[in-house]
Order: sequence, then structure tokens, then C-alpha cells
Amino acid sequence: MNVLVCVKRVPLTGGKIVLTDDKQAISTRHLGFTVSPHEECSAEEAVRLIEQHGGASTVLTLGPPEAEEQLRDAMALGIDRAVHLVTDGSEWDPEATAAAIVAAIGADEQHYDLILFGTESADGGNYQVPIRVAHALGLPCITGIKAIEVRDGTVRCEQEVAGGRDVYELPLPAVISVKEGINLPRYPSVPGRMRAKKKPVLRTDPARPDARLELVRLAVPGGSGKQTEVLGTGPEAAPAVVGVLRELGLVR
Amino acid sequence: MSTTALVFLEQSAEGGIDELSEQALSFARELGAPLEAVLIGAADAAPSAAVLQRIGAHGVATVHLAAHPAFGAYAPAAWASAIAQAAQSVSAGAVIAAGSERGNELLAHVAARTGRPMAANCIALTPGAPAEVTRVRWGGSLLEHARLHGSPLLATVAPHAVAATPAAAPADTAVAPFAPEIADADLVVRVVGRVPAAAGGVSLADADVVVSGGRGVGSAEGFSVIEELAELLGGAVGCSRAVTSAGWRPHTDQVGQTGTKIAPEIYIACGISGATQHMAGCKGAKKLLAINPDGEASIFASADYAVIGDLHEVVPAISAELRKARAT
Repeated sequence: MNVLVCVKRVPLTGGKIVLTDDKQAISTRHLGFTVSPHEECSAEEAVRLIEQHGGASTVLTLGPPEAEEQLRDAMALGIDRAVHLVTDGSEWDPEATAAAIVAAIGADEQHYDLILFGTESADGGNYQVPIRVAHALGLPCITGIKAIEVRDGTVRCEQEVAGGRDVYELPLPAVISVKEGINLPRYPSVPGRMRAKKKPVLRTDPARPDARLELVRLAVPGGSGKQTEVLGTGPEAAPAVVGVLRELGLVR
Repeated sequence: MSTTALVFLEQSAEGGIDELSEQALSFARELGAPLEAVLIGAADAAPSAAVLQRIGAHGVATVHLAAHPAFGAYAPAAWASAIAQAAQSVSAGAVIAAGSERGNELLAHVAARTGRPMAANCIALTPGAPAEVTRVRWGGSLLEHARLHGSPLLATVAPHAVAATPAAAPADTAVAPFAPEIADADLVVRVVGRVPAAAGGVSLADADVVVSGGRGVGSAEGFSVIEELAELLGGAVGCSRAVTSAGWRPHTDQVGQTGTKIAPEIYIACGISGATQHMAGCKGAKKLLAINPDGEASIFASADYAVIGDLHEVVPAISAELRKARAT
């Protein structure tokens, strides 16, 4: 089978988010980058599916030239090739992102049986790119998936809901967005990293249409305004902790 | 806004209206438009009197009941088709849903099939051309002010950002059943089975006490002290993403933006630095006690109570103190 996995480069935020002066983005001067957590798992899932069923896998991203780092990371896990839709780093809204991915899939010589996404990106959280892509391609789509099993041209998926897991069966080709927890991504091996350096990256630079969900500015919400009560230092603080738990009615 | 605001209502397992959908009703009412709602069901039996009264209390003039024999099972594309048909029949100026998993999924389907932009997890929406929205990103660590173009406006409401409050004037809600036309292709993806959750233990999402460990725990075995304290308090064990990535705990224990969102009476965070990814999952805790050797750790900025120290010393001492307190 042939699997495409779409990922997004996002900053590795620590405890506090700092914005650029123009409030258009997160200041990344002191930050590293990664792919969104759900997508890290979708890349791992793609590699596992190919290991099980044979075939080939491709990783796609829409992002600045530096996003090649994330494509190489995915290829280090075992993905075979990459498609890089190169941007100037400015934000693309979800409609434009989906349209560019659809165009790239249409132009690709590969025909995909399964197109994987993360359910939502860590930074944008728009919850819609996979569904827009599926709709444009006329493919069945399900989101928020925590288990995938491919058998006889169908894919069985499980989605966590209150009280258990709902089961879906989609005919291939299909679009599926996964959630973290579907697997535990492997740590890329050194030979894997070496091989990834030589794998092919197909680059295009799509034009960015006007956004219809148009970012005006970002803002960091106000702090909790909490007064922190220091109960003590080291094990000597234990009686004070139990005192707090008792006040809250939690000591039985 | 003079045109109708149409709210998709998600039903709770008990057959009532989900709390997040009630919040969506309160959010939509602020648009100042006539308020209508859409419910989806397998038969055109009217909602119970209790449910209707509940919807009426929010000032909903009409609830559209989309009935189709296939709607007994959730089918995202088909349900979205029904919502889009209801929106078209009332010439809705806005279609609103809760920012739940299903709310976001369904509205994205509506957006894709109608070719409209959509804003997910909004906390404010001011109609206009374009409309102005404020939405949450990074699991709530960041706000985005944006312009939302197109009509109808499509938006989901960030969970627990707006209180569900009744309207000043309740409405006598009319029930308008309709039979949407559903294409076979839209029924391809539907729930075909259910795997029940494993029984036993206190669920992380519902626990009154959650004791969590982070990278500072150091190993899978290190969690024994966390488990002991959680057990003494009748609580659940949680952890940070660093811990699940290291394979020390299963992902089901993860508290965070990509894990479980918790709302305990107290959250005891041990050896957790307080990355935004983690804080997005524990914002709902009523009290936060942080135990960390680094007095500068960012988690202390959100903590109600702080203990500066090594969790491997502090946590067993708390457990010992609890046992002592019980013995007396």
C-alpha cells in the first residue's frame, strides 16, 4: 500500500509563550522545533503500516525552508520520500493549507491508499484540514483515531468516546486523522538518520491565497493571578500538605 | 445580526443536552440574532418535555429535528449534511457548535461541503463583514484575534469558556421535524461497533484527586511513590508528556493538550516543570499543589501551593504523614 502522512513544523514551547513584536507569531529565537504530537504518531503509524503490509510512504509538509528538518526526522523513522510545499513562514489559514495539499496530491505521481494527518496541529488547533482535504478528493474521512487496522481494502478505526471506543470501517482510499497514544513513536536510529539525509525531497512553492480565517494578532492570556502559598521545603513540608488536604476534605 | 443563529445540539449519553452544547447556546445568544437549534435523531419523535424546556430556557424559538433511519449511528458526513440543510432552510447567518470532538468534526464537514471558512474553539464572535473572532490556540495558552469571512459564519465554542446561562426571556420552543436528503456516499463512514472501556480504577477525567509525575520521577519504577500517594487519597495517577514519550507510563495516564483534560479538587504535580502542553490539561483543577526542586519552575506560577523539594523525598513523607493522620 501507499501511505501519505502530512505533518506541521511547530515550535517547542516551554513554560511561557513569548510573542514577536508584531504579535503575528510566537517568538522562536530561543526555541527548538518539532512536529505536532499527534502527527509524530501519524508518521510512526505510516511506518508501521508499511512494515506490516509492504509498499511506500511519503511525508508532506507546508512550511518554511527550515521545515525540511521535520521531513528528515520523519524519513529517519522510515518514511521513504518527502514533499515540501515551501512557504515564507507566514501563517496559512486552514482552507489555504488544505487546498495546497490537495493540489500537491493531484500533481504527485504517487496514488495514495491512505492519507494520514494529526487530528489538530499543536499551534493552530483548527480541526479541519484533514476533512477539507478528504472532501476535495471525494474520500471518506474520520478524525481522532487511536487504533488502525488495514485488512482486505478496508481500514478499521477506533475512536475514544465516553465509555469506550467507537469502531468505524472505511474503504480505501481514505483520509484518517490520528491522536497521540495510537502508538509510541520509535526513537530514530543513527543508520535511519544517515539514510534520511539521502532520501528525495520534492519541492514546490505554492502561492498563498488570501486568508478567509485571517489572523489579526495573537495574545497571551493574562496569568492565573494566583497567590502561591509555599508550604515548605523538602520532606518537612509534609504536615503542612496534609493540613491542606484535610481543609479540602480529602483526608478520609 | 438579524439572520438566524443555528446551534447544533449534541445529546448527552443520558438523552439530555450536552453541557458544552448549552454553553454554545449561551455563546450564540450573544450574537443578538433569532436563536434556533438542530437535533439529529433516528426517528422524528419530539424531544422529551424536560429537554424541550431546557432548550426553551435558552431562548431557542425553534428546534429542527433532523430525522433519518440511518441516524441511529453517528455518521459525520451525513450528520453534517443534515446540519447544512437545516442551515440553508432557515437562511442561517451563523452555524454554531460546541468545540467538542464531534462539534469540531461536524462543523469542519459543514465548512468543507459548503466551501466556507470556519473558526474552531472561539471565545468571542462579533458579526460583521468580515466578522471578528477570538479563538484559543495551543490548548488555551494563546489567543488569536482573527477576521472570519463568508456567510453563514461557522464557529465552534471553546469548552468552558462561556457559562451556560438561561436567557432573560425563555421561549416556548417549537419542534420542526424534517427529513434531510442523505446521499449514500455520506453514510460510508459511520459507527459500526463499540468496544467498551475496561472497568476498574478511578478514571483520570473524573477523579477528585490526581497525583501526577513528570520527568523528575526519573523512571517507570519511580512512579511507585506517586501510585502510593494516589491510592491513599483515593485518586488517579497522571503524568506529563515527557513520561509517556519515555515509555514510563501509558498514554491513557497523560494529562495535557494531547492527553486527558482533568478537573479534580486538587492536582498534585510532582517533578513537572509546567510546559504549556501540560498546563492545557490541568487548567480545570480547582487547586494545584506543585512539588519541584527548582523554585523557578514555571509550574509554580500557576500553583496554589508549593513545596520546594525532591519528589522522591517529599511524596513518601506526605504518604507517611497521611497514614499517621489516619491512625489517630
